[in-house]
Amino acid sequence: MKLLLVDDSRTMRNIQKKVLAELGAVEFAEAGDGVEALAVIAANPAGFDLILVDWNMPNMDGITLVGKIRETDKKTLLIMATTEAEKSRVLEAIRAGVNNYVVKPFTPEALMEKVKQTLDKAKAPAAAAA
Amino acid sequence: MSTPTTSAPPAINPKLIVPFINSVRQVFATMVKVPTTVERPHLKTQPAPQYDVSSIIGFSGDIVGSVVVSFQTEAAVQIVSAFAGMPIDPNSPDFADAVCELANMIAGSAKKDLGCNASITVPSVIIGRGHSIARLSDVPCLVVPCKTPVGDFAVEVNIKMNKPV
Repeated sequence: MKLLLVDDSRTMRNIQKKVLAELGAVEFAEAGDGVEALAVIAANPAGFDLILVDWNMPNMDGITLVGKIRETDKKTLLIMATTEAEKSRVLEAIRAGVNNYVVKPFTPEALMEKVKQTLDKAKAPAAAAA
Repeated sequence: MSTPTTSAPPAINPKLIVPFINSVRQVFATMVKVPTTVERPHLKTQPAPQYDVSSIIGFSGDIVGSVVVSFQTEAAVQIVSAFAGMPIDPNSPDFADAVCELANMIAGSAKKDLGCNASITVPSVIIGRGHSIARLSDVPCLVVPCKTPVGDFAVEVNIKMNKPV
């Protein structure tokens, strides 16, 4: 499984990596802002199974990044991982195309739960169709 | 002969300070796992931040101003190492990065409970004894002192509402 972690804090990306490594065979890529993330996505034509996106970042923020990804890619799973906890922000992110939302600070269990929930939900229609 | 006037110190608005007390408790309980005691907030009288390592976050929108999370150096080293889950050298770029992310979470969590439509800036960090930070002069700066077994830190709140809450 390939995951892209987009957060301007390297510490936060390391924490996320440590937690999500427990999913098993995971290959991680990282980006420090939206501009860097688009470059990483372009350099990986096979794509990512899931992208974790912070909201507040320099150069290009997370909500802009989600919009840009969704212009061409409706399939990749996107989770917003941010301190932005207001209902209006959550709704804005859902409208922009995220599949799930996790608020910082989070426990390792809460992050893992959101990621598993998102992956399971994406698998469910495929399993039902089989 | 004119009578000298004494002005009362500005009152602390609990609506502005309680969200920060709660966010410190939440961030430290959830992601740092270092026991933290929040002490009674007070008005700041000195221009310099409380300690030597400070992260600053600006607010804009319905709330304007800034919040500074200021650590004793040794406390900062221990706290960010606990947060990152590995030892962090104060001379490495990861040190400032982790201090900023902690401040980001404290300010971000508080923002929701302030109940306003506001944005926060990407945090920056200043390290050095006796540094000073320019603040809004027309509102008081409130200090939330915090104690941990590894040292002290403080959250300095210098914000005002552009509309009443």
